[in-house]
Amino acid sequence: MTLGKKVTQTNSDDKSYWLDSKKNVDKIWYALIGLCAISIVADFFYHKHVIHPIEDLIVGMYGWYGFIGCVFLVLSAKLLRKIIMRPENYYTENNDD
Amino acid sequence: MTELPPGIILILGAIFVPFLRGNLRNIYMLALPIIGLSSLLLTSQNYQFEFNLFGYNISPVRIDSLSLIFGYIFHIAAIISIIFALHIKDTVQQMAGLIYAGAAIGAVFAGDLISLFVYWEGTAIASVFLIWSSKTESSYRAGMRYLIIQVGSGVLLLAGAIIHFQNTGSISFEKMTLNGLGPTLIFIAFGIKAAFPLLHNWLEDAYPEATVTGTVFLSAFTTKLAIYALARGFPGTEMLIWIGATMTAFPIFYAVIENDLRKVLTYSLNNQLGFMVVGIGIGTELALNGTAAHAFSHILYKALLFMSMGAVLYRTGTIKGSELGGLYKSMPYTTGFCLVGAASISAFPLFSGFVSKSLIITATAYEGHWVVWAILLFASAGVFHHSGIKIPYFAFFQHDSGKRPKEAPINMLTAMAIAALLCLIIGIFPQRLYDILPYTVDFIPYTTTHVVTQLQLLFFSALAFGWLMRTGLYPPELKSTNLDFDWSYRILIPKILDRISKLILILDNKIHLIFKNIIDFFLAQLFRHHGPSGILARTNTAGAAVALVIASLGLFIIIFFVSD
Repeated sequence: MTLGKKVTQTNSDDKSYWLDSKKNVDKIWYALIGLCAISIVADFFYHKHVIHPIEDLIVGMYGWYGFIGCVFLVLSAKLLRKIIMRPENYYTENNDD
Repeated sequence: MTELPPGIILILGAIFVPFLRGNLRNIYMLALPIIGLSSLLLTSQNYQFEFNLFGYNISPVRIDSLSLIFGYIFHIAAIISIIFALHIKDTVQQMAGLIYAGAAIGAVFAGDLISLFVYWEGTAIASVFLIWSSKTESSYRAGMRYLIIQVGSGVLLLAGAIIHFQNTGSISFEKMTLNGLGPTLIFIAFGIKAAFPLLHNWLEDAYPEATVTGTVFLSAFTTKLAIYALARGFPGTEMLIWIGATMTAFPIFYAVIENDLRKVLTYSLNNQLGFMVVGIGIGTELALNGTAAHAFSHILYKALLFMSMGAVLYRTGTIKGSELGGLYKSMPYTTGFCLVGAASISAFPLFSGFVSKSLIITATAYEGHWVVWAILLFASAGVFHHSGIKIPYFAFFQHDSGKRPKEAPINMLTAMAIAALLCLIIGIFPQRLYDILPYTVDFIPYTTTHVVTQLQLLFFSALAFGWLMRTGLYPPELKSTNLDFDWSYRILIPKILDRISKLILILDNKIHLIFKNIIDFFLAQLFRHHGPSGILARTNTAGAAVALVIASLGLFIIIFFVSD
């Protein structure tokens, strides 16, 4: 890649940022949990227009589906690594084409 | 309409690029797609221009509502990509970008299969220079593989077109049914460019190898041209529903464990194409509107994401998740634009993906494809997971890599700002997008149900990410190569061929040996009988010879007298 002289970086600075503190990261985490809770509670306050009853199977159905789906996705991808992961220079070492 | 066919202005315009210098060249390159877009906005719909060539009805220009929306977005993508690339001085890349965009635009307005083929190959040949311009050994090889597959797709298209012409007597590019050899070949040609499962690997192989700016061009045109072609040629083909559903689900597993962030984006591009393919497969007006709308918004947010990662690569020299982190500190604008792209692809309310993807998912539900619906929902959560969270998280946040690169150059920031703004405009004022869709839209994206359920899906997906991160279950970014289907033609087939050739060599040696043994045996026999001690070469005494002569003389006399 011809990036040349445009690569400019210094190795760190003294400025501290809001996200550097673990406390603040925790705050974001709890805010996220709060948002999840609110989105579930919201289900009680409106009439849900569904095309199929499965969409309204349990309260917060979409939320649970998203959570389980993502955990499944990540953990199975992690397993997939066992089968398909190779060293970074795999193709150059194996002298492809 | 007396002006040139759409796209031609970019292709012909590219010829003059080498003769211009500095800012004049930049202004000129930008003017080309702007002029193209303005003339397109002024043309009347449902225009078709035809002429007869060697008995074929060639129709290089067909303007209708389906080709128009793709024409608009291709011009916009060209403008954004050119702005993003304004800092480069590489004439080859500049010309390749213009010709590539022009060919893609020409292709969506092609009214017959021959014109389509010409533009189709044009996109293949022009775009490979954007990969080769990286000037690395691996980009050269990846570009070669890309070119072979892309040109191969064009050859299949031409073969299919000829057979189709012989069977139907028509070369015009209209809706086809998938039976017979002709349409099947055309379908496969489209499928290669649309990156169908198992035909997809050129995408993940080549796009991350292109230049910083080249990938932005590439992300917009080739695959969406294929989506257009499928929507034109094979709407309502049920097989596409399942092909599309597989496409949405299967690449996201790879996206989770991939370390090269531009490759992560390519996997998610493949996944987004899946949604569009499902829409084409369903084929109702709502679904086809969804495909067109999603292609439109997808081009913008995908280009935006590729631009933000391109800026990171440009400034730091790497795009590996394992080497990045904490860049928000010195690249705050790029971070912000990346987050807009991430929110758009994740379909957050008020961002573009929300108003376009929902058309397709709703159409799936209306037609009662509940398994596909569930897969699309899973894929939506997955998209948020790897494109919405993983990309910005690993590049700009996570642990501090200590890198403090400069903010992206002004032209890159401008291009990102335009794309981000359009993502927001589409998300907030969806009617503007709906107005240019192929069919009349009777759909309201912002209902309470839709907003709340979508937020549930997204918040809980984020919760899953956070939970996996905090518990350490999340797989870390590792320097690695993950085997995908290209392994079959980069390693497996060469290995098999290697084995076969070795086997042939062994067999050859064996056969040689057998013949050698036969000859040896023959020579040995010859030697036994004719050699120095062989029976036929033995020297006998004169007495024995005289005895033999007398004996045969005696025998002769007896026979003579007896027979007399």
